[in-house]
Amino acid sequence: MTASVVRLCIVVAMAALLALAPSPRPAAAQQPASVDPTANAVHEEQLLQQFKTIRGLGSIPDTKSYTLEQPAGRDWRYFHEVTLRWIGAVAILGMLAVLVVFYLSRGMVRIESRRSGRTIVRFNATERFMHWMTAACFVVLALSGLNITFGRPLLLPLMSPEAFTAWSEWAKYAHNYLSFPFTLGVILIFFMWVAGNIPNRVDVEWFRRGGGMIGHDHPPAYRFNGGQKAIYWIVVLGGAAIAVSGYVLIFPFYGTDIQTMQTAEMVHGVVAVLFIAAMLAHIYIGTIGMEGAFEAMGQGTVDLNWAKEHHSLWLEEERARTGLGRSQRQPNAAPGE
Amino acid sequence: MARMKFLCDADRCIECNACVTACKNEHEVPWGINRRRVVTLSDGKPGERSVSMACMHCTDAPCQAVCPVNAFYTTADGVVLHSKDICIGCGYCFYACPFGAPQYPRVGNFGTRGKMDKCTFCAGGPEKDNTMAEYEKYGANRLAEGKLPLCAEMCSTKSLLAGDGEIIAQIYKERVLKRGYGSGAWGWKTAYRETITS
Repeated sequence: MTASVVRLCIVVAMAALLALAPSPRPAAAQQPASVDPTANAVHEEQLLQQFKTIRGLGSIPDTKSYTLEQPAGRDWRYFHEVTLRWIGAVAILGMLAVLVVFYLSRGMVRIESRRSGRTIVRFNATERFMHWMTAACFVVLALSGLNITFGRPLLLPLMSPEAFTAWSEWAKYAHNYLSFPFTLGVILIFFMWVAGNIPNRVDVEWFRRGGGMIGHDHPPAYRFNGGQKAIYWIVVLGGAAIAVSGYVLIFPFYGTDIQTMQTAEMVHGVVAVLFIAAMLAHIYIGTIGMEGAFEAMGQGTVDLNWAKEHHSLWLEEERARTGLGRSQRQPNAAPGE
Repeated sequence: MARMKFLCDADRCIECNACVTACKNEHEVPWGINRRRVVTLSDGKPGERSVSMACMHCTDAPCQAVCPVNAFYTTADGVVLHSKDICIGCGYCFYACPFGAPQYPRVGNFGTRGKMDKCTFCAGGPEKDNTMAEYEKYGANRLAEGKLPLCAEMCSTKSLLAGDGEIIAQIYKERVLKRGYGSGAWGWKTAYRETITS
């Protein structure tokens, strides 16, 4: 009993001694001269070099506002003002120039054996509907998109600012809403024509002979020749890229940050102008570039001689499938003479 | 002519958010939009700093350059303003802005943006000065009344300075000289391509 009391007294005494011993901390605080309030301070230059953007914490619900500075906006500005305009102008005007030169030198590609007067179905109503739905959307999307990049320098000087705003606002709505049927069209085109668009050895031969564009050559082709397959994959892959980047833009900051938005806009812009350039070539060859081509997507039927010249292997397939006798081939040539 | 600028002395800002509140009240800024906000860096750590940020009214403003409909204009005082009648709400100025100033009210489904709203340096818009039409779109036009922006006017520590760039730079220089330190004029290099050397 006494032993434990003595032990308790020693512990209490030691605790009291410890408590009385001077702590080193308050002594240091009494030297105000050594205090440097900026010793650990964050520095703008350093943060910008380290992270490129300066981000902190805020007290309002809009988390985008927690980014204090993002000088990368200037890079995006340069892209939008200079790079994209150059790419767009060179691609689109370049393609137009090539087409004009080609038309003036080569002229319309004629059906060399003339029209037979007999036709064969090339695209059924569903195919044509899909094509024209996508095409109509594409034209509106292309023009309203070009307006965003080129409208201010080219169109605004021609009209009042209010009129330009009214047009641009409607163009924006059209661009947003027509993106949905366009995307649907691209998806349906992918499934509808994928079977005929797998590249094969015939295409290598077709491209080797320049697609018959120069001179009077007619390299054989199945339903879709090498050039059409190229257009198909440009539509499918370009359409996919443009749809994905477009939907990132149409739903701003839905799980994306400003860098993603800037990148999406850059991808969208570059793919779009290249897409437009490619479609100009497609429109050319489907209309004034080749006799008998437009009716394939217009009425859905083509002349037998056109099919023979441009899609010889497809015509044979069709004949075998529909049971059109080979004997009928002979008289076909005769009326054209 | 004065070249109007903002300067936030980060060594003085105490993150009280009075500038944010003053701005919202003065201009009756709609829900969800803050023309000014305070961002705290290294929150809770030694060396923490808070910076009050709004539109910096940049020299060669990126928003003005990228706007597809030319909605922006710079006044003789160097204030970057815009017309809500011309804006189509495309969002490009937000991508280009180094300071995240432009904001858009949500007017429809998904991400449909309305007319852009941002700090006007309390200088209104293209409408006639201090008319109801101007107030409804852009808020008060204090500059036309000979007053400076309210956020800076009522800053309790005088951390936020607004006014002629040369004068506020001089005030800041003197402060730094007197107290012996300063973390610099935040955003000046990005906005005006100059820094205040002390």
